[in-house]
Amino acid sequence: MTTHQDSTSAEAQSIWRYPDLSGRWWPVFMRNLLVWRKLAIPSLVGNIAEPLMWLVAFGYGMGALVGEVSAGGAMAGGEAAAKIPYILFLASGSICMSAMNAASFEALYSAFSRMHVQKTWDGIMNAPVSLDSVLLAEMLWAAFKALFTVTAILGVMLALGISHSPKLLLAWPILLLVGMMFSCIALIFNALAKSYDFFTYYFTLVLTPMMFLSGVFFPREQLPTVVRIVSDWLPLTNAVEIIRPLFMGQWPQTPLRHGLVLAAYTVLAFWVALALTRRRFRS
Amino acid sequence: MRHPLLQIQGLSKHYGSAVVVNDLSFEIAPGECLGVIGPNGAGKTTTIRMCLGLTVPDAGNISFHLNGEDAGRRMPEDALAIKAKLGVVSQFDTLDPDFSCAENLQVYGRYFGMTAAQVRARVPSLLEFASLSHKANSRPGELSGGMRRRLSLARALVNDPQLLLLDEPTTGLDPQARHLMWERLQLLMQQGKSILLTTHFMDEAERLCSRLLVLDHGKKIAEGKPKALIAEHLEPDVVEVYGAGALALAEAAEHAGLRALAARVEVSGETVFFYTQDARPLLARLASSSHLRTLHRPANLEDLFLKLTGRKIREDA
Repeated sequence: MTTHQDSTSAEAQSIWRYPDLSGRWWPVFMRNLLVWRKLAIPSLVGNIAEPLMWLVAFGYGMGALVGEVSAGGAMAGGEAAAKIPYILFLASGSICMSAMNAASFEALYSAFSRMHVQKTWDGIMNAPVSLDSVLLAEMLWAAFKALFTVTAILGVMLALGISHSPKLLLAWPILLLVGMMFSCIALIFNALAKSYDFFTYYFTLVLTPMMFLSGVFFPREQLPTVVRIVSDWLPLTNAVEIIRPLFMGQWPQTPLRHGLVLAAYTVLAFWVALALTRRRFRS
Repeated sequence: MRHPLLQIQGLSKHYGSAVVVNDLSFEIAPGECLGVIGPNGAGKTTTIRMCLGLTVPDAGNISFHLNGEDAGRRMPEDALAIKAKLGVVSQFDTLDPDFSCAENLQVYGRYFGMTAAQVRARVPSLLEFASLSHKANSRPGELSGGMRRRLSLARALVNDPQLLLLDEPTTGLDPQARHLMWERLQLLMQQGKSILLTTHFMDEAERLCSRLLVLDHGKKIAEGKPKALIAEHLEPDVVEVYGAGALALAEAAEHAGLRALAARVEVSGETVFFYTQDARPLLARLASSSHLRTLHRPANLEDLFLKLTGRKIREDA
């Protein structure tokens, strides 16, 4: 064989090569949107009813016991830890958790069903759409589902008068980025999965512990120092640290640092997910 | 100068120590229907996957000249440009279970970069072609196997491709559904489409294909027009003998004279096959043994296939 051929097949073999993206992710995204439109009402109930029940039951129930909690270290200016009502503390943390759960669920169970069970991806790749574009579409779609859930919950929070800060407008696009980050991470596990059962590990061993270590339910100041150092670098912690001050009508203390951590997780996770998905489809 | 639509040279692919495709070369000329036949595991599907850039070959060239372009496009480098002009029906349906027939076509057309209006204009004629106009609003789950395959074929035509790659398009269909599928494929050939078709049905290959490629263990073992291949490899007449005592004809010494009348004798199960240039003397002698049942027929593709690939069941099949 000629050297030209050797080099092209070797190049094609590398799963870490640069993404081959085109505008064709859009019809794949639209496909998911069209299917979802048919199932929007039950999906709306599932996505929104559960987080709201948590919020109301814990926020008002526990809130009555706890009273005010310290949201220290979250605000600019370095003033001493501010005391805020528990419902506000919980709402600002749990909205990040809802974005995480919605994106993860879509990028795991639903994407796996399209990729592996229904073979929808195989059908799409017989048309001029690359695997890379399909993966990008799935990632953005899961992020969109997260944004949709978050938007509905935000609406209810506004109606309940939990927060009326105009800075919530800024929280909205940041929550989209949070959704993107978690869908990228979930797609790594999607690429590795043999069956749906595998995702139970991810939810119970990764997402649930992270939920408790990221200051969603209680202030991180209570964590032992070593745990807290780990917690500082968790994706969900960095999301909560940006979103919570915005709910309180303040500016985050170190927005750049948190933003960079979120962006780094997103880019790295997408790259790894892409490589592993390519490996899965290389056969 | 007319280029072949698809040209494959020296294509090879192995998985671990198993060689799936071994130094395969062939072409498809415009207007041709090329049939690829071979036992399970012969490399048919892997070859199609390499033609689509879904599997990367270890060695070899795959180039396409679609829509009269002089410069060939190479797979996998130009995968998207090539696939824009191909129609594909894969072995297993990949229809969207949540969409109706019409929506399946509508959504699939968008993957080719067609506007919603462009696809919408094509949907009625595609449904009609698939004899599914009355099922436009039904979901694939409500369709019969034959209807689903025809919907897959209609979906593959949404971009008006010049070349169709069909991987076992009639496997699992009942005779009526197969005949309707054949009729549709013949219609497409009359419209000037070219087809690469893999199949396990020899009657299908004989009826539809202008040329055949026989694969076994990833290697090309024969290539040519169906009739010419039969004439080249087989005697024209076949006498099948079955019933009590038939097997003795193939083995017992007392029947050596009978066997001498045939060029070749083969046994499969309880049936003895005599391949011969002239069946008359053989039939005359068999007529005296009234307990044997005989069938005299011309040699066909099935005989060719079994001669080339053997009668034994494959362990991996």
